[in-house]
Amino acid sequence: MIEARGLTKRYGGTVAVEDLSFGVRSGSVTGFLGPNGSGKSTTMRMIMGLDRPDAGHVTIGGCPYSGLNWPLREVGGLLEARTFHPGRSARSHLAALAAGGGIDPARVDAVLEDVGLASVAGKRAGTFSLGMAQRLGIAAALLGDPPVLLFDEPVNGLDPEGVRWIRELMRSLAAEGRTVLLSSHLISEMALTADHLVVIGSGRLLADTSVAELTASGRSLEEAFFTLTEAGATYRAERSR
Amino acid sequence: MTTTTYAPARAGHYGLRQAARMEWIKLRSLRSTTYALLLTVVGMVTMGVVTMANTKAPRGAEKIASFDPTNNVLAGVALGQLIIGALGVLVITGEYSSGTIRATLAAVPDRRLALTAKAVVFGGPALVVGEVVTFVTFLAGRAALAADVPHPSLGDPDVLRAVLLSGTYLALVGLMGIGIGAITRHTASAIGTLVGFLFVLPLLLAGFTGTTVAKFFPTIIAGNSLSVSVPDSDVLSPWVGFAVLCLYTAALLAVGGRLLVRRDA
Repeated sequence: MIEARGLTKRYGGTVAVEDLSFGVRSGSVTGFLGPNGSGKSTTMRMIMGLDRPDAGHVTIGGCPYSGLNWPLREVGGLLEARTFHPGRSARSHLAALAAGGGIDPARVDAVLEDVGLASVAGKRAGTFSLGMAQRLGIAAALLGDPPVLLFDEPVNGLDPEGVRWIRELMRSLAAEGRTVLLSSHLISEMALTADHLVVIGSGRLLADTSVAELTASGRSLEEAFFTLTEAGATYRAERSR
Repeated sequence: MTTTTYAPARAGHYGLRQAARMEWIKLRSLRSTTYALLLTVVGMVTMGVVTMANTKAPRGAEKIASFDPTNNVLAGVALGQLIIGALGVLVITGEYSSGTIRATLAAVPDRRLALTAKAVVFGGPALVVGEVVTFVTFLAGRAALAADVPHPSLGDPDVLRAVLLSGTYLALVGLMGIGIGAITRHTASAIGTLVGFLFVLPLLLAGFTGTTVAKFFPTIIAGNSLSVSVPDSDVLSPWVGFAVLCLYTAALLAVGGRLLVRRDA
């Protein structure tokens, strides 16, 4: 459903993502794994058309994000926790997005209920804790009932109950046949949630494989991850020479 | 591959209708917007009416010829343009500082359309506020004029034009604020730029060069071109002044739109 081909993004002289190609299939949770600063967020922003790649392209169902007819009904994204105005209530924020996305306004209260924010829906969102802000971001992603979902570090700021809720939400969204791309730097969480993994380091693809394959030789996912990222680091060191 | 449809398929494509409804909900759902607009109306009407109530009857042929109480409909423009201009700036920069811009552009990836929707949705109410201010100030101010002062009427030559054009000024300043906001993306620098352009620069220039250059700046155009019913040959004529303001507004929005399209969100 999501196809990235040769994605490259530089900020000034710094390369954030370099020649990155991968695919994300429907019906499973694809984990997007990499150390902090490895280019995960940049890649997700390029998928959603917020950052423009310097080279390469990325499509969703064969179409670039900017070409989607009803973007919020086709792709839901949680890119960072706070993408709402602190003076606006959670309900107004979602109502505005529903209007912009051509989404039935009844979905607003439905998703607020789903993420557990129904009781604070009328409060100014600026008063929300990080965990509540994450829940509002997830509500916004689910608003259009989209077949493709992107979540960038969704468990940040959530308590253990919230972490489990996210895990079950991701699994159930994938079980409904949706495409779910979930980024995290928490390897243990990935091991519990993802079926497939796209691992990047320094903006380059290190592995595009199933969790089962990566841990096949009896290694833990964590060991496998460090083997991969060390290989990436060696590559970096060689290149800079 | 089979595609499962989770939401009922919907024909067509998002457009200005959806984008404008989204912006309307966003504008309405911040209480500060309503308060600021209310303050604009009350403040500007009060200043205008008080000024007109204190207007003395002109003495001497020259004073009588240039006497123009209608000009006072914009007596409170210094206050009004600051508030509306800042609100216009915040329509954009408030989204950058809070991160809302990314939610907005995810819903409406066509960035020029997103900016157009903001301009339409903010410009409309700003125009209504401006016209309410100038008409209420004119009618209430005329009633407050001393008995010996000549009373202007909307039927007099150029009076209706002065009141109507004055009412458009606030909307134009609001739209300039949106354009500058899209250019700088930061509240403080955008408001600083706007205030400098509206009245700091013309005041400084007026000190050195009189009206030669200052007459092209917004506040001078508002007070000496748009709102006069007795035109002054030292400054731009009302319609030329209006055209120049429209040109500034269009240019700022065009540059803002272009940068919005080119830059990462």
